[in-house]
Amino acid sequence: MSEPGALTLARNGGLLAPSGPRITPLALLGRSGAKRVFQRNVVVYRRGWKFLVSGFFEPFFYLVSIGLGLSKLVGVVHLDGHAFPYTVFVAPGLLAASAMNGAIFDCTFKIFFQLKIMKVYDSMLSTPLSPGDVAAGELLWALARGGLYCGVFICVMAGFGYVGTPWVVLCFPGAIFAGYAFAGVAMAGTSFMRSWQDFDFVFLVALPLFLFSATFYPLAVYPGWLQLVIRCTPLYQAVALLRGFDLGLFTWSLLGHVAYLVAMGSAGLAVTARRLARLVLP
Amino acid sequence: MPSVDAVIWARGLSKRFGDLVAVDGIDFDIAKGESFGFLGPNGAGKTSTMRMIACMSPKSAGTLRVLGMDPETDGPAIRGRIGLVPQDDSLDLQLTVLDNLMIYGRYFDLPKRVIRERAERLLAFAELSERADDTVEPLSGGMKRRLTIARALVSEPDLLILDEPTTGLDPQARHLLWDRLYRLKSEGVTLVITTHYMDEAEQLCDRLVVMDKGRIAASGPPSALIDRYSTKEVLELRFLGADPPGEALRGIGERIEVLPDRVLIYADDGEGAMGEVTDRGVEPTAWLVRRSSLEDVFLSLTGRTLID
Repeated sequence: MSEPGALTLARNGGLLAPSGPRITPLALLGRSGAKRVFQRNVVVYRRGWKFLVSGFFEPFFYLVSIGLGLSKLVGVVHLDGHAFPYTVFVAPGLLAASAMNGAIFDCTFKIFFQLKIMKVYDSMLSTPLSPGDVAAGELLWALARGGLYCGVFICVMAGFGYVGTPWVVLCFPGAIFAGYAFAGVAMAGTSFMRSWQDFDFVFLVALPLFLFSATFYPLAVYPGWLQLVIRCTPLYQAVALLRGFDLGLFTWSLLGHVAYLVAMGSAGLAVTARRLARLVLP
Repeated sequence: MPSVDAVIWARGLSKRFGDLVAVDGIDFDIAKGESFGFLGPNGAGKTSTMRMIACMSPKSAGTLRVLGMDPETDGPAIRGRIGLVPQDDSLDLQLTVLDNLMIYGRYFDLPKRVIRERAERLLAFAELSERADDTVEPLSGGMKRRLTIARALVSEPDLLILDEPTTGLDPQARHLLWDRLYRLKSEGVTLVITTHYMDEAEQLCDRLVVMDKGRIAASGPPSALIDRYSTKEVLELRFLGADPPGEALRGIGERIEVLPDRVLIYADDGEGAMGEVTDRGVEPTAWLVRRSSLEDVFLSLTGRTLID
């Protein structure tokens, strides 16, 4: 009950907290209620599995474009005293960005649609499920789907020979942490949206993160003060974690990145649960 | 203190949304096996009351006990024993008819085998067996409503809450639905029904409260309410294209209501009252004598009709 960023979800006692007065976001993920919400997604996508396939193309497009084009112009990148081919340097960055985009896509449009248009959560919350169960179940689904895509991404990286070291296997759990962070916050943000117009804001946030988070070039290109700013942003944390794993550059700071991402996702989950209670159980 | 038999017990129950008072300190008890109605126009506070009972909305003040538990602390446990049929169905449009029951049952943590067996029975009960594998969207209003009731019964609840179960349905669909609700009633399920149809309340409810502007205006069995607040018969006079002559009719029957398009004269002998109307030289476009209904009770209590 003391993981980083753990926020308590209790409000109005039992109306919102499913059992016991306090429950932490990470504990929510293991509850049977979350599993039930997850299972609903499985049934829905069993019928619409074609929508899942589109996600497999993303890594191909990214990696082929960089590998064929950009890498020829860039050559070698120096990082921590080592020299890496550009493709090897950039691949984990793209993996992190892909984990972010996947999580945001799954947890903004889909959640808004189910919350406001389909009213899926109204019927869920007339059963013993709690708002926390609903938020955790949707987040689990986002992680499963994101995990699948990231697994494919890593395989494609390996197939093209863009992998740094065998430690790349750690990028899989690493990408799950990144997915957790972005899915949690994206869901929380979505719970504040009033109409589809508000989604412009998502792109306004996601695009600069994608471009400026040391995804495509080392952090060292920025002046000192800007480096500090970039370090604080979430995609940088994910990029640094995955690049550290892939290139086998292990430092204690990797633990810090994990803690940051877990705290961010947990905070998002806690806010989402509260907002769902306010919106659906007024 | 709540009686042992009370499935729902409320004292001074209130719900406020900011400055708006939706439910204004109401008291009621609902006994096990009873069929209990909340009758009132839109905005009377019926739905807010239902949502508080269903633990989907925290109360603002007062005391509420549902199935012997407190919604504030035992929400999930109470919801686990309640079947809710909301006004707007809220069926899962991304799932098939059968999956709506299967998935909903899983939310109650029931084993799949048990749900499948119940779902088969409930689809037959709702006359939807042949549509089991269809999507929900193309179903008619009556079918959707029956599916929602079947869904609410998947957990075999002790208490079934129906919020305006037949609003928007055609007469045939209404009667089919009423028939299903009679069956449940005879099986001993406690029913709580909101409606703004007096015939529905008269048909289905053992006891009811008449709600108006967040308060309870009257309560009792439908027949007792009619006895108390209305006369045996009602003479309805219609005046096409002319203002109803309220003054000329003064003194006929026990009470007169002048509405925009018609005049209601409350009298134990409707025919006799019509004789008096003719004697006074008033000639309505059309007239009829009918049995008194809950609509008249509501009119007598509030001076307004139920559906405006």
